[in-house]
Amino acid sequence: MSLPRTERIKPSVTADEIRPELIGIGRRSALMRGLSLGGLAMLTGCDLSTHSGVDAALWAMMRFDDRVQAALFSRKRLAQTYPVSAVTEPFRFNAYYQEWQVREMPPDWRLELSGRITEKAPWTIDKLHALPRETQITRHICIEGWSQIGQWSGVPLHAFLQRVGADFKARYVSFKCFDGYSTSIDMPSALHPQTILALDFLDKPLGPEWGAPVRLRIPTKLGYKSAKNIQAIAVTNAYPGGYWEDQGYDWFSGS
Amino acid sequence: MHWVGAAAVICMILSGWAIYNASPSLAFRFPRWMTLGGWLAGGIAWHITAMWVLFVDGSAYLLYGFCSGHFRRDITPRGPGAVIHDMWAALTGRLGHRLGHYNAVQRLLYAGVIAVICVSVVTGLSIWKPVQLGWLADLFGGYPIARFIHLAAMICIVLFLIVHLTLVVIFPRTLVAMLTNTAVEPKETAS
Repeated sequence: MSLPRTERIKPSVTADEIRPELIGIGRRSALMRGLSLGGLAMLTGCDLSTHSGVDAALWAMMRFDDRVQAALFSRKRLAQTYPVSAVTEPFRFNAYYQEWQVREMPPDWRLELSGRITEKAPWTIDKLHALPRETQITRHICIEGWSQIGQWSGVPLHAFLQRVGADFKARYVSFKCFDGYSTSIDMPSALHPQTILALDFLDKPLGPEWGAPVRLRIPTKLGYKSAKNIQAIAVTNAYPGGYWEDQGYDWFSGS
Repeated sequence: MHWVGAAAVICMILSGWAIYNASPSLAFRFPRWMTLGGWLAGGIAWHITAMWVLFVDGSAYLLYGFCSGHFRRDITPRGPGAVIHDMWAALTGRLGHRLGHYNAVQRLLYAGVIAVICVSVVTGLSIWKPVQLGWLADLFGGYPIARFIHLAAMICIVLFLIVHLTLVVIFPRTLVAMLTNTAVEPKETAS
């Protein structure tokens, strides 16, 4: 049985008495909602492609992270190497296009050199094959998270850069590829002993899908930095960017 | 510290889902509207930005928790007997709830989630820098296993959040206490 209205127990505190507190709580919870759910709903639109302040802040944080990564990097620290038995089979094809779109090496292919290099004459593939090689079995880690172990052999990039008289004080080494891809790395990473211009994959000359005739293999960076089907190398102080970097992958991408 | 940390953890989880979707280890993907960053690069940008917030806030919180005695006094887990006792009391509706005082189940959950967040940060560092911090990745059994532990830690944190938020909904006055930064029981009103 419900009590008549007048006989209801009188609340010891009325809304009027605590109105300032109620308003305060209301404001605070509104603020929290704004900061959390509503805010997140708006922020999910920030994907590095807009000109919003949030995207600008994200880009700025990535530049900061690049500096932290460069500071963490040591040319003496080597990526772990594995026995032949650890090699992943079958090795996964990966590019910014599908496997049927792989491009064969152009018949008149030469490796072009430009920028802060003294000997800029183009290199034939035979000339590259004549240089001393190194072999590595290392883990290729994709920015997507998956990883697999492969075997590459080729000319250490530091030896090649020395041979052509590159300016080691320059900041960047950039790679342009005939499949439309491009990327760039910092000079200290370029001079790392495990950074190689790979000519062989799994003990065989590179097939077109693995980057023929020459590709970069750099186990101290994420997989997308190991450019395939290289056409031109440049040594430069002007930030070269790259195919994925220009869209928002963080540039340093060190492992 | 709780709210900054909470925002950072939520950002880490939602942007982590965007990264997970690029190469899912389990047989599902997160719906795009649930993720932060829109795509892989955006997810990573959010992840390595919120990482710093979590790192700074989390370090300050750990320092405060250990130095002030908050951890020792309030969330050091009690024995399994106390947990079972308090869990039973809670399920039968006989467990009192005093603001600012944690029962054995809460102690276990709060200490547990702090430990799991620490594990997720450390495994996250090891898969961010598996060469430069190779010793750390080795500690977890190498890159692929460290990545899996990172995923498992996320799942534990999400499960915790579900329980945590459900309880806040059931006991909304705890939210008021958290928002107003007071842990004072309202005075019993004479009736």
